[in-house]
Amino acid sequence: MALPAFAGASAPATGRGGAARRSGRVALLLLLPGIAYLLLFFLAPLLSLVMTSLQSPSETVFGQYDFTFNWANYLQVVGQYGEQIGRSFLYALLATVFALLFSYPLAYFLGVNLRGRPILQSLLLVLVVAPFFISFLLRTAAWKQILSDEGLVVSTLKALALLGPQDHLTGTPIAVVFGLTYNFIPFMCLPLFTTLERLDLRVVEAGRDLYGGPFTTFRTVTLPLSMPGIVSGTLLTFIPAAGDYVNASSQFLGGTSSTMVGNVIQSNFLVQLNYPAAAALSILLMATILVIVGVYVRRSGTEDLL
Amino acid sequence: MARGLFAESGADLQLVGIRKEFPGFTAVEQLDLTVPAGTFFALLGPSGCGKTTTLRLVAGLEEPTSGRILLGGRDVTDTKPHRRPVNTVFQSYALFPHMTVLENVAFGLRRRGIDDPLGKARSALRLVELDALADRKPAQLSGGQQQRVALARAVVNRPALLLLDEPLGALDLKLRRQMQLELKSIQSEVGLTFVHVTHDQEEAMTMADTVAVMNRGRIEQIGSPEEVYELPRTAFVANFLGQSNLFPAVVREAGDDAVGADVAGHRILVPRSRAQRTEGTITLGVRPEKLLLLTEEPTPIAGINVLGPGRVTDVSFSGVSTQYLVEVPGAGTVIVFAQNLVFGPVVEPGADVWLSWRVEHGFGLADAPRGSALQQAHEALVGGAET
Repeated sequence: MALPAFAGASAPATGRGGAARRSGRVALLLLLPGIAYLLLFFLAPLLSLVMTSLQSPSETVFGQYDFTFNWANYLQVVGQYGEQIGRSFLYALLATVFALLFSYPLAYFLGVNLRGRPILQSLLLVLVVAPFFISFLLRTAAWKQILSDEGLVVSTLKALALLGPQDHLTGTPIAVVFGLTYNFIPFMCLPLFTTLERLDLRVVEAGRDLYGGPFTTFRTVTLPLSMPGIVSGTLLTFIPAAGDYVNASSQFLGGTSSTMVGNVIQSNFLVQLNYPAAAALSILLMATILVIVGVYVRRSGTEDLL
Repeated sequence: MARGLFAESGADLQLVGIRKEFPGFTAVEQLDLTVPAGTFFALLGPSGCGKTTTLRLVAGLEEPTSGRILLGGRDVTDTKPHRRPVNTVFQSYALFPHMTVLENVAFGLRRRGIDDPLGKARSALRLVELDALADRKPAQLSGGQQQRVALARAVVNRPALLLLDEPLGALDLKLRRQMQLELKSIQSEVGLTFVHVTHDQEEAMTMADTVAVMNRGRIEQIGSPEEVYELPRTAFVANFLGQSNLFPAVVREAGDDAVGADVAGHRILVPRSRAQRTEGTITLGVRPEKLLLLTEEPTPIAGINVLGPGRVTDVSFSGVSTQYLVEVPGAGTVIVFAQNLVFGPVVEPGADVWLSWRVEHGFGLADAPRGSALQQAHEALVGGAET
């Protein structure tokens, strides 16, 4: 009597175990393409890049490099391009701050004020995303035209005496930071919008009810609750902006006094053919961003909100 | 911020001619109301009757279209919500998800720059027996615990007026009973003025000193729970607050003490003081628990109304009482609640019975039930008189 009961009880258990193992195998199978992709196109190039960064010029063949654990490459590029590295992070930071200041009110308007009007909301959202339909190279080139010495902006500023007769906008840090800000505004705006769209206004009301004035309630309730959007938006802006080489290129909005690390890497790889220096700069850039982002996410205390 | 604003005890609330229109509909029409300081006031009504809007107007979260709001005699109509000595326990609790329970409770104190906000917040949490969970986030608490945090967060500020927006709605019955008692004891302990909005008539009656029944943006009746229950003035109040048997009646005689009316051929008396109208066609009512079921026709006694015979159509047992449905020709279906003094029902379905009640238990309404033939006749009459 006991035996069949026992068997009956254990049979479904083993069945479930088998199903779990099977579903585990299926999951692994489904993950395989992704894992293979990452190994092939991320990990392998990264390793190759690290190895390249440790090469030194071949003593026998001109233009060839040999792997020699040449750590001096890193010290050399820091000494040689420290200014550009520092400038990259400064410009990226400025662009992130400006994009945030511009996007937050916009995203708030879209996500909170337009909650009851879905048609107007989607229409304006399309406008935010609309620039993506045109290549950003074209858009940046267009800005070069607009900000050029013969353009309306410069002549107006000169007429208002805000710009001296010999001054330019293109080729200056102002133009580069402006271009970076402009190009990354959608990346800032969309995550902010998705967070603010879900903002529980009843909680904001509770803040007002509990003696919080408009500014205090914003600082103590709305802003902390929009941190997930702020963090993802700033990351999506800061990381690519720090490595950007289009805006700061002298073919677009930059000049010799506004060169960023991206331009230096590009020129080392493609013009000077100094692969070890370019690779060392790339690794340095990547590692620095990783550290900055890690500290930032930790400090902003949004791990449980993300 | 003016700290003198925050009274040590409750303040009285006065609404004068308040009206609130939203695009497309009017939520509150012409509301005049006085809530005396230190009382527990319940605003009772079905959903959509304008009671939550009224509360939001008092809190300052909505602006009235017209009318004034006075708090302790001071006009606060144009005062921003954060400057009103009023706190709300929201229906959704609206706890700050990014703060600990303790920081939630200390929020109002911090905004006003009160000394030792955390100490005071801790003692408020002790009041609702949640001091052990002070360091948790709201999401880690159960619904009942969140509700108590919301209460502590409001009470800790010692507002002159505490608004409760159906805060017990999400709780299960047992927890709700417990919280009702706790709320009541907190109110008498701290002496605040409470305005409690609810659609639960039992909750309103057990907790409140004064009940206002609201319907379609208007207050239909205000009074103590006993008063409103025992002597409803309108058909809405008679049916929303408990159940009532309502009969159309035609007044035949109007004496000094009582009004005699004809209900389906029976002479029914109602005290003159309990009848809102004393002539023409009126609606008479009596509560189901006031009725007595008789299996034989009683001999007429002064002071007792008798209706019948009628046929019992349904008997349902509910523990302490049994509910009988009796079909009385000409008077409709009558509900009777009879206490279970013996085992089992006294009569079976199909039996012929008579119903009796004491004259002083009846009441005469000012209007007729909505949608009834009587109401239509009544409206035609009133409309005819106006033109």
